[in-house]
Amino acid sequence: MWFEEHIYLIVLIPFIGSFINGLNSFLGNRMPKRWVGWIACGAVFIPLLISIRGLFYLRSLPPADRAIESIVYTWIEVGNVHLDAGFLFDQLSCVMALVVTGVGFLIHVYSIGYMGHDSGYSRYFSYMNLFTFSMLLLVLGNNLLLMFVGWEGVGLCSYLLIGFWFDHKPNAVAGMKAFIVNRIGDFGFLIGILLLFVSLGLKGHWTLTFSELSEHSYLLGRGGVVTAIALCLFVGATGKSAQIPLYTWLPDAMAGPTPVSALIHAATMVTAGVYMIARMNFIYTASPAALAVVATVGAVTALYAGSIGLAQNDIKRVLAYSTVSQLGYMFLGVGVAAYAAGIFHLMTHAFFKGLLFLGAGSVIHAMSNRQDMREMGGLRSPLRVTYITFMTATLAIVGIFPFAGFFSKDEILWKTWASGHYGLWVIGFIGAGVTAFYMFRLVALTFFGKNRADAETQHHIHESPKVMLWPLVILAVLSFVGGWIGIPKGLGGNDAFHHWLEPVFSHASHEPGGEDLHATFSASGESFVATLPDADASHDTAADGLIAPVEEARAAIGSSELETQHGGAHNGDAEDHGLERFFAVISVLWVILCGFLGFRFYTKRIDIVNRLKGIAGGLIHRVIENKYYVDEIYQAAFVDNLLRTVKGCGIFDNLVIDGLVNGTAFFTKIFSFVTGLFDNSFIDGLVNAVANIVTATGQRLRVIQSGQIQGYLYFVFSITVLIICLKWLL
Amino acid sequence: MDLLSIIIFLPLAGAVLLLLFPRESERAIRGFSLIVSLAAFIVSLRLLTGFQTSAEMQFVKHIPWIPSLGISYIVGVDGLSLFLVLLVTFLQPITILSAFRAITERVKEFYICMLLLETSMIGAFVALDLFLFYVFWELMLIPMYFLIGIWGGQQRIYATIKFFIYTMVGSLLMLVAILVLVYTYKSQSGVLTFELDKLYWVAMSTRTQWLLFLAFALSFAIKVPMFPFHTWLPDAHVEAPTAGSVILAGILLKMGGYGFLRFAMPLFPDAALRAAPLVAILAIIGIIYGACVAMVQKDVKKLVAYSSVSHLGFVMLGLFVLNTQAVEGAIYQMLNHGLSTGALFLLVGVIYERRHTRFIEEFGGITKVMPVYAAIFMVVTLSSIGLPPLNGFIGEFLILIGIFKAKAVYAALAATGVVLGAIYMLWMYQRVFFGEVKHAVNRTLRDLTPREVIVFAPVIALIFFMGVYPNPLISRMEPAVKKFVTEVRAGRGDYMQITRFAEQAGGKWMPAVLEVDPEHPDEETAALVEKETELE
Repeated sequence: MWFEEHIYLIVLIPFIGSFINGLNSFLGNRMPKRWVGWIACGAVFIPLLISIRGLFYLRSLPPADRAIESIVYTWIEVGNVHLDAGFLFDQLSCVMALVVTGVGFLIHVYSIGYMGHDSGYSRYFSYMNLFTFSMLLLVLGNNLLLMFVGWEGVGLCSYLLIGFWFDHKPNAVAGMKAFIVNRIGDFGFLIGILLLFVSLGLKGHWTLTFSELSEHSYLLGRGGVVTAIALCLFVGATGKSAQIPLYTWLPDAMAGPTPVSALIHAATMVTAGVYMIARMNFIYTASPAALAVVATVGAVTALYAGSIGLAQNDIKRVLAYSTVSQLGYMFLGVGVAAYAAGIFHLMTHAFFKGLLFLGAGSVIHAMSNRQDMREMGGLRSPLRVTYITFMTATLAIVGIFPFAGFFSKDEILWKTWASGHYGLWVIGFIGAGVTAFYMFRLVALTFFGKNRADAETQHHIHESPKVMLWPLVILAVLSFVGGWIGIPKGLGGNDAFHHWLEPVFSHASHEPGGEDLHATFSASGESFVATLPDADASHDTAADGLIAPVEEARAAIGSSELETQHGGAHNGDAEDHGLERFFAVISVLWVILCGFLGFRFYTKRIDIVNRLKGIAGGLIHRVIENKYYVDEIYQAAFVDNLLRTVKGCGIFDNLVIDGLVNGTAFFTKIFSFVTGLFDNSFIDGLVNAVANIVTATGQRLRVIQSGQIQGYLYFVFSITVLIICLKWLL
Repeated sequence: MDLLSIIIFLPLAGAVLLLLFPRESERAIRGFSLIVSLAAFIVSLRLLTGFQTSAEMQFVKHIPWIPSLGISYIVGVDGLSLFLVLLVTFLQPITILSAFRAITERVKEFYICMLLLETSMIGAFVALDLFLFYVFWELMLIPMYFLIGIWGGQQRIYATIKFFIYTMVGSLLMLVAILVLVYTYKSQSGVLTFELDKLYWVAMSTRTQWLLFLAFALSFAIKVPMFPFHTWLPDAHVEAPTAGSVILAGILLKMGGYGFLRFAMPLFPDAALRAAPLVAILAIIGIIYGACVAMVQKDVKKLVAYSSVSHLGFVMLGLFVLNTQAVEGAIYQMLNHGLSTGALFLLVGVIYERRHTRFIEEFGGITKVMPVYAAIFMVVTLSSIGLPPLNGFIGEFLILIGIFKAKAVYAALAATGVVLGAIYMLWMYQRVFFGEVKHAVNRTLRDLTPREVIVFAPVIALIFFMGVYPNPLISRMEPAVKKFVTEVRAGRGDYMQITRFAEQAGGKWMPAVLEVDPEHPDEETAALVEKETELE
């Protein structure tokens, strides 16, 4: 019970930590450094303990009740829109919270060593804790909007941490790029949220709470608007999780401190998109079209990013492209509706990719901040612990039995095959080989051969301090054993991880036509029984006449199909297990082959590499090395055009809109000048003219009025003569 | 005296008392005006505590003023104006405090102008008599005219004349419309009155309504400012002193939105419905266009000014979508804009005071020199681009829900403003704050002084509060907003007119909300209509 009432502490404590360290940084770093580190690590460790407690608490409950929702307060309430700030702790968010706090804690500890000499120590930990806070909000929020808050929050922290060394301009630019590319994705995400909210609202349920959404989302039917919602949300996921076409920010994000790359750009934040799709599984399962898009984008990204990783020389960039590629696998997993497999890979990936980055950090630390692998080599013996742990992670990511990555990646590939996506399977399979190749290339260049750095750097090579090594060791252990909780039946395990997550995805599984029927229904009868009342419930509501006939049919077919599928699943199991084992062996052999080639080429047979580079006049190599020129294409197609447009707008505003205003003013002035002129010369002129004429006439006539009698008589006589003459003439 | 009148006239009394101060005792003048504005703020908090959550006008005071002309002094607040009044009284002491060092000439006149401005702004927000409103409305222009014209920058005369004449043109049309309205009422009822409550009931032909609405709308649209009536704004902002910009952006622009809410839309509901698509399109153009133009600005102040055009486009769009969420979001967004843009102008003022330039290229790497300043600037930037859980997000989200309910395409277009907003703000931030310190002059810049931190602290606190816990504000607005929406939607005039309007304009605009599913039977739609009206 204690746990149910205190879920908010998991989220709140990192925030407090961030606040304290932020204030310390704000006030000029008055707190001793030691405290800063302790506070920051403690602010992640306590939530880890609470989450572990939560795990045990959930286990003590029957599977159907393993979803604890606690409302903290009413956030927004307008008309029929009611949104709470509340938390949902169920099997899925439990796994996520454990990964975030667990891996996060180790990386925080590592940072104490790595960032020890940085002047922005306190600011760094403040951002890191703020990130943890946002990420926990993202995974624990009980509604989509709260998830969005966390979603934006992690984006902000990512922006702040990429540009952590802001006085170096490229870092700041990389941060901004990350933020803006993410915003483009968020635009889609927000539209998706609105679309879901309003279309479900018009069916009578104004809600964004996950539990209610999953309960009522069937009202939206299949396809159509659901596909639109799913695709909009997926746009957000491509931004946050660096998938085609919005992946370009992630490699640049490596400008941040290495532990940041480990935590944010490998282990946690970038997996948010996968988590989101798993969380919204009821939407995706209802839209096979959207799922197909997700799976295809995932598979293509996996291979594409891996291929770029083949030709990079910066150790962190290789790992960055590897992350993009591995995220592609996760999307492939959720895209074939194997949500649990996707989350499984998310978890193991957090272990080994976090470890790879931290190991790379240790290498960079030893090499006096050099990241170019062409200057490394032979670090095997001076960096003993780093080497061993790094090797563990490499074996894990490559997928060697029985390391963690083997189980998770293999499962995704198997599910892809089993659900009939043979083409995607081929892409994923080739991608696995590519992964093995570039990883062993990296290991060969870094740890084997002779060191190629200058003497000064060589002289300084040293193993990292203990505070950095312990996290490596712990993560190495996790990378080794982490996969064992999800050993599939086919390989003699009991598939515990899936059983654990199953209730979260049960909505997905009672959808007919769901691609994952095999997996979920071979699992246990218990969940099947649990889903039935649900199906009945929808049947009842259907009978009320509120739902379109399609829904009724769906429910009916659903329940009958379930039974057949369920019956059939057991028969299929035995054959499938054989096939599954066969695939496992094939893929292990395949990655060993590729890994061996990668290792061999870059240790002994560099001549082959040079020959390969020369193929087609070096064109292929150049294209790959330059990341297929996608950055350049985006620059030309979007950024430049945008700049041109806004410049045009600026000129338009100045010349046309403001020109109209000023023009009006100008013409008013001209007009008043002209009227003034008219007034002065014509109107007033007329007045003056009358006066002038009168005066002038007077002037002329004055002469007559001389006062001399002779003159008057002469005048009278002249007039008389004139009149007589006129009379005579007329 | 009643509470509202005290709040209105306290600053005026302060301004009168300031006249008695000797010109040289600048410290006393500054201190006194700060105290007066703080007192007004503290008194105004009583409005918040005494406010009952209902749609009714509260704290109403009714005194006949010029009975022979039917003019009275009527003031009152409801959910629409409550927080706008509080915004005025909240921002005023902050602005006054911020000007302590910036204004060194004609100090006395400056603070008199500020206090006069406060009285007229509060008055305009609470006036319920059209004549009284018009008086306060025009009164606002005069101190502003002096603020820009006396304490402004190089081009101040051009800017202040542009500002004055532009807004004046709109106001005069409104005055004519007010007179027409009043005399129409008199011809119908035989009573000459400017009382807003009574004028809501004038019967008018659709043509008259449309013309009067246009007159009102032009006046308010210039004030908002809506595209394409916005070009006075950048000039006025760039030339105005910091305090003037803060008040201008923070409060004066809200007058436009408020004018639509209180006057233009409820007085002429049918015309408002008819104009809705036009206003919506102009608003969307404003959102995108304002953001685009903001992107190319070289002057930080001008950039912020254009961002206002973009943000207020959101507000106008929300108002004219006419459902509870959108209107409430629009009011919320007005408050947000007042806070965050006000704070942005204050921040620009800080750097201008130190360097006497606002050009982006004159800076770079400022974070290194002024870390506290950079941190506060960051928070305000994030608030301005609507990052959750800061205040801007709540407003934007509510507006977007509302728009989405009415017309999804509009929401999608408007939401692009969110992306563009991030681009121009972060780009500016990066060029000013990140990188190396480019200019040697900037190396010795002084970080915020304690006085300046005190200026920003309350704004930052409110930015967080309004994002994390918006419900106390929203719930107080809601009844009034619902009433507003219902009344405007119901329209006025005889039945024939209403139906004709529904065919002409509403037919395309309104029922989009109710478009449920073409397959569904009519009775369900009818039920939904019922529910919709009931809920809103």
